[in-house]
Amino acid sequence: MPNTSIMTFNILSILPVLILAGFGMMVLVVDVLSSRKMGEKNFLAYLSLIGVVIAAFLSKNFTGTTLFSFYGAYTIDNYSLFFQFVFLLCAGLTILISKNYVQRENINYGEYYTLILFSTIGMILMASGADLLNIFIGLEIMSISIYILVGMKRTRLTSNEASLKYFLLGAFSTGFLLYGIALVYGATGTISLRQIAVFIAGKGGVLDPLLLAGMGLIIVGIGFKIASAPFHAWVPDVYEGAPTAITAFMAVGPKAAGFAAFLRIFFIAFGQVHQDWEKIIWILAVLTMTTGNIIALIQTNIKRMLAYSSIAHAGYLLIALVAANNMSVSAILFYLLAYLFMNIGAFAIVIVISQKEDSFLKISDFSGLAYKHPRLAIAMTLFLLSMAGIPPTAGFVGKFYIFSSAIKSGYVLLAIIGVINSVIAVFYYLRVTVAMYMRGPEREFQPLTLSPFIFVAIIISIIGTIQLGIFPAKVLEIAQRSILLLR
Amino acid sequence: MIHYLPILILFFIALGFALTNVGISEILGRKRPTKEKLTPYECGVEPVGSAHERFSVKFYLIAMLFVVFDIEVVFMYPWAVAFKSLKLFGFIEMLIFIGILLICYFYIWKRGGLEWE
Amino acid sequence: MITLTHYLVLSAILFSIGVVGVLIRRNAIVIFMCIELMLNAVNLSFVAFAHYLHSMEGQMFVFFSMTVAAAEATVGLAIIIAIFRNKETVNVDDMNIMKW
Repeated sequence: MPNTSIMTFNILSILPVLILAGFGMMVLVVDVLSSRKMGEKNFLAYLSLIGVVIAAFLSKNFTGTTLFSFYGAYTIDNYSLFFQFVFLLCAGLTILISKNYVQRENINYGEYYTLILFSTIGMILMASGADLLNIFIGLEIMSISIYILVGMKRTRLTSNEASLKYFLLGAFSTGFLLYGIALVYGATGTISLRQIAVFIAGKGGVLDPLLLAGMGLIIVGIGFKIASAPFHAWVPDVYEGAPTAITAFMAVGPKAAGFAAFLRIFFIAFGQVHQDWEKIIWILAVLTMTTGNIIALIQTNIKRMLAYSSIAHAGYLLIALVAANNMSVSAILFYLLAYLFMNIGAFAIVIVISQKEDSFLKISDFSGLAYKHPRLAIAMTLFLLSMAGIPPTAGFVGKFYIFSSAIKSGYVLLAIIGVINSVIAVFYYLRVTVAMYMRGPEREFQPLTLSPFIFVAIIISIIGTIQLGIFPAKVLEIAQRSILLLR
Repeated sequence: MIHYLPILILFFIALGFALTNVGISEILGRKRPTKEKLTPYECGVEPVGSAHERFSVKFYLIAMLFVVFDIEVVFMYPWAVAFKSLKLFGFIEMLIFIGILLICYFYIWKRGGLEWE
Repeated sequence: MITLTHYLVLSAILFSIGVVGVLIRRNAIVIFMCIELMLNAVNLSFVAFAHYLHSMEGQMFVFFSMTVAAAEATVGLAIIIAIFRNKETVNVDDMNIMKW
């Protein structure tokens, strides 16, 4: 228990959230009031970007403080601030890569940006929630916004289908999560994570069946959001059908938010009964890595391939969750930041290559890219190498810390399985690289226009990927300071 | 418990009466179905069209908006119960909440969600 | 005497009916109704627990989960209408454009 806890209703503590909400509604109202045509609404992107930047500055101001507001329902500590930074960066980069994409694909509605801002709010609530209610509400705000974003391209059938699948399965998993919360509440009589921990400590660390069932159902509910096998069936279809910029957003944001909540619930509330859940998560981690990597090998569509790769990345992150030591928390934080850069960078390049109506999404469409657009090919190679975990990139450092944390806690077998999986993963990432460099073009490359916005996003991603790979110390230090107040 | 015995007896008598009557008419009654007898009774008028007709999509839109605005009232119950102890703070908070709903309403209105044609 | 167990068993039965419905029905709207049944079964548990534990948190949770369910219903219907406009069907077996 921290001694700095101030149990108050402190409205200033949610200032970043309020700013995001205010800008979100402002975008909506400005959108309906303006008489301009759909193609000329660039100012909405600027407006929402300003909102994200202001929110980021406000949340930076909290650095170093620990406070519990809303009577202990909302926490600000270094851990939640780190996640706020990840989410805001994710939202900002998504807006940058969206601006021209939404024009090209004719989905330039004001709602698009509003929903990105709103789902960011949901993620922040999930990472900062200190009770199950706050985490649940955050998860729902995030998910409901993303259900709509996936179906934003209303006239395209794949987008409709993806949206329906994500919605039905997402709502289904919400049912399980809610039931799990209800059982935990019933068994312990409280929804506050710390109180649950106190209750379990009072019982001497022995769980009654009700609590055990609740814990299992919560794993199912959150496992769905972070795309872990066997709850991953929706991932490839939804990632393929969603507008590409949204795919980038949902590959990073909800996964990071899911892990934020996962860590908080399982380290704070169920921290003392680690032996009761480590086996389940162990199996989930192995299943998730292996399924993602093996099926990714046979993909021909780049978005589907990246979808399976994102499943595999969830598996690596679960390894650190099993290890459950201080190092694993900072490893997860570091890995998520690295994953943010490399993933959004890769999707930004997919957006540039795919052109109007997303016509070029096959891996074979990348053949010969190095001869026509060498700089794009280099950037894509960098992101793919980082995902494969090859030094000196961010992905390598992230994987290294995750596997070390597993070994430190004595999960050597798990770390070995993780390393084997990383080796398998190299194959399919290299396939794209080989296509870009060693094969001749299979199609006419039209001149690609790189708008300044997406250019900035790609540059930021490149800098992030390289910097985290070569000079990880600074970020690692911040991540280590963000360690949850365990137990 | 014994006080409720008459009710239980009455319950069985009622059940038995109903079952007996329905059973007797089922066994003894003559069945000569004609086309007229089998049509659904619609106020004596011959039924027009199928009951499984498609509704205009506009109904769904209005229904969706209704559901979402209607359920917001649920937050007013706890607010109303605790109103006296929340004092001015609670009042202003609820005003902000209603204000947000009004912004949503304004958005729907301007966006044309309420127009029937 | 109706005890907590009765409520919990009823809630579990309703939840299971919802789960089975989601798994075996093929109409998107019916699947969605089954999901709503699941959420409401959980609400029943919450209220029963709150009554039994004499705590308000469970009832508060129900308020929020009702609102969430309503928002989900709205978004879900909108998505189903969008797909119906393009495809003239709400049968989930027909949602098969994307396959691996």
